[in-house]
Amino acid sequence: MTDLVIIGGGPAGMSAAVAAYEKGIKDILILERDDELGGILNQCIHNGFGLHRFKEELTGPEYAGRYADKVKELGIPYKLGTMVLDITPDKVITATNREEGIFTIEAKAVILAMGCRERSKGALNIPGSRPAGIYSAGTAQKLVNIKGFMPGKEVVILGSGDIGLIMARRMTLEGAKVHAVCELMPYSGGLARNIEQCLNDFDIPLLLSHTVVKVHGKDRVEGVTIAKVDERRRPVEGTEQFIKCDTLLLSVGLIPENELTQNAGINLNRITSGAVVDQDRQTDIEGVFACGNVLHVHDLVDFVSEEAAIAGESAARYILGSASEEATDIEVTTDGKIRYSVPQRITAKKDIKLYFRVADVYRNITIKAEADGKVILSRKKAKVAPGEMETIVIKKDVLQDIRQINLSIGEE
Amino acid sequence: MFYDAVVIGAGVVGAMTARELTRCGLKVCILEKENDVAMGATKANSAIIHAGFDAEEGTLKAKLNVEGSKMMPAVAAELGVKYINNGSLVVGFNDEDKKTIEQLYTRGNSNGVEGLRVIGAPELRELEPNISPDATCALHAPTGAIICPYELTVSAIGNAMDNGAELKVNFEVIQIKVSEDGYEVSDGTETIETKIVVNAAGVYSDKISTMLGDTSFKVHPRRGEYILLDKTAGSLVKHTIFRTPTKMGKGILVSPTVDGNLLLGPTSVDMEDKDDKDTTQAGFDKIISQCGETVCSVPLNKAITSFCGLRSVGDTGDFIITSPRHGFINLAGIESPGLSASPAIAKYVSEILNAQGFNLKEKEDFNPIREKMHSFREMSAAEKNEIIKKDSSYGRIICRCEGVTEGEILNAIRTNPKPRDLDGVKRRTRAQMGRCQGGFCMPYIIELLSKELGIPMEQITKSGRKSAVITGRTKEDYIND
Repeated sequence: MTDLVIIGGGPAGMSAAVAAYEKGIKDILILERDDELGGILNQCIHNGFGLHRFKEELTGPEYAGRYADKVKELGIPYKLGTMVLDITPDKVITATNREEGIFTIEAKAVILAMGCRERSKGALNIPGSRPAGIYSAGTAQKLVNIKGFMPGKEVVILGSGDIGLIMARRMTLEGAKVHAVCELMPYSGGLARNIEQCLNDFDIPLLLSHTVVKVHGKDRVEGVTIAKVDERRRPVEGTEQFIKCDTLLLSVGLIPENELTQNAGINLNRITSGAVVDQDRQTDIEGVFACGNVLHVHDLVDFVSEEAAIAGESAARYILGSASEEATDIEVTTDGKIRYSVPQRITAKKDIKLYFRVADVYRNITIKAEADGKVILSRKKAKVAPGEMETIVIKKDVLQDIRQINLSIGEE
Repeated sequence: MFYDAVVIGAGVVGAMTARELTRCGLKVCILEKENDVAMGATKANSAIIHAGFDAEEGTLKAKLNVEGSKMMPAVAAELGVKYINNGSLVVGFNDEDKKTIEQLYTRGNSNGVEGLRVIGAPELRELEPNISPDATCALHAPTGAIICPYELTVSAIGNAMDNGAELKVNFEVIQIKVSEDGYEVSDGTETIETKIVVNAAGVYSDKISTMLGDTSFKVHPRRGEYILLDKTAGSLVKHTIFRTPTKMGKGILVSPTVDGNLLLGPTSVDMEDKDDKDTTQAGFDKIISQCGETVCSVPLNKAITSFCGLRSVGDTGDFIITSPRHGFINLAGIESPGLSASPAIAKYVSEILNAQGFNLKEKEDFNPIREKMHSFREMSAAEKNEIIKKDSSYGRIICRCEGVTEGEILNAIRTNPKPRDLDGVKRRTRAQMGRCQGGFCMPYIIELLSKELGIPMEQITKSGRKSAVITGRTKEDYIND
């Protein structure tokens, strides 16, 4: 029996491990499927990581390195090249690797930190042929940054998620020509700073309300037809435009990797596609916690680490059987303009930071938290956008005798 | 080289025929113009073994479908191919549909289909709880089944090769000459001599036949588009669900696959271009709007890929199986139910050849058994660990969506017919075929292929010809300067 098994050795898993260790849990095992710790950060060689957490600007591998060094320094055990195949509701984990084959571990507590994957071309049903040269932005990033290969030279990017924006710059720096970034929505899904630094600084056009309506080329991509879309996101006839290219990169969304979670019977949230959790990041199976991009997709790794530390500390408290704060049971709901919040449930009376995302771009608004019909918190914001996660802190003293908190946006 | 028989086309029909002729003791060479086997209609169809009530009485389609469908379980077992006898349902919504269903029932009975029944709404809903509430009746065909057509083809060709057959890929036949002993088949650089030529060239079978002066038939492609949903949607229905055919056509079927996905399609558009495998928005719209007619709440947001196949449609309405010359056989216009009929077509070919005096005799040491392509994944954990102890690459997962290990991929690359591109590995192992569609594992697989084939990464293709996956190294321009 192992005290704490952490599934995933990326930023979430490592931060959770360090936090649990510092709260007194020494019997930890991190299971990582790749050949080193760090997860997807290892291929994110650009800078901009760590501004919140370390107050300095690090590259992805540097940020991961900080945590990996800490894990090694503390002597927290981990297994690399190890893929978890199954988790049962009573916390028996089945995994496989080269050295041990298929093995099982029983755990007192489990932290899910498997991260997310990219939405694939198949999910989009783009008409046309199926040639070589269509990759998700993250796959291209792996090829360029880790393997040292160019996926193509004349590039169109569909979707303006952060990885797509980063790859627009990266491919340009490697000598490729990025002709355009097409975004189906009337706003970008990426961070404002990435649009500035990755597109505008390199004169790469961002075409909002545009999509790819056809892929051309039998063997390798030979071009794409793009078109404007209307409010219902359907292509507008007559606006088609052919762009000659050999590569189409997709940055059309990230999906938490929750197949293990689902198989364990853990309840998922329809909007986040991650587990439903309380303020401790505990799922509806006691002793199973979730954090990072497997819980909900983050924009900044700093917030992943922060959230994972909460999960790690909570798991330590659970294992040690420490007395928690006074119990309560409050449901956190949202109005639709705010799409979701994490956590979705509050079970202990303490200060709670709610993370949430909005459904559209809104300007000059008030974010309101209402408890049983009464406003308990309101905050003005000049602008909110779906690409940037927001937070508010609900103080412990307002949590007395309430059953529900609803987050909403009031427009002026 | 001199062969007894050349089979042109490594689709399912060519594959089954090549295996049958090898079993009959012939030295067989399979010629395929693509980089891999199963590259035409075989890799993009409904993956169904039809019971045999569709085709008109007295046609070759009817005869060979029913025979082939009966042969298929044994063939699949020999070849280690997954075959699931899930049964099929033709669902009706009104009196007119009911009439059609009764006609299909009668036709099926006279075709020799066993176990057909016309059932009412209550039993239909018991069989399939997610069927449309508007459905009133159905034809239940318990012998209907599902199979993976490219797995069947790879296995049949692999088994033929294990028994001495040869496969030449990237061999596009451009000329066939009559010679003293038979025929000379050439791709422009290499000439192959043979006594027998079997033309199983799919949409190009009319072109091949013309090379020997036979212009008696024409074949045109019919586009069929499909959408494939993730395994999480695979249990929506158990049976293959057809809409009752109307004047408007056959409608969109909803079927589980042997691998647990849910398949929607096909569209049906007659084409001229024999290479145009583009999917279309109109096709997607049709699938999306019509799949809901028979089955409730199809989770279209679970789509993981879409594709298009070109079925080869002859101009006679029936399969065109002819022998215009001694030792030359056309297998043309093998549209649906060609997959179901394929083992029977192969037998039929040997009968024709025997009638022409070729006097085929069963090869005594023919081994009909091929190891299951997916044997590792079906093992118990203890069995797997035995393998991993001997070969640790089986402990390493490369494709996480489908749980495919490095050992399975390496084994596939080393097993006949050997895949030489990413799609070939995909069809044999399912790696890259899951919900992320190769996003994570593709870079690892090109490395494995490069190492195993001994060619640089830049030469690894998605699917042969000029479908290179990467265009070069980073900083290449600087290094070369």
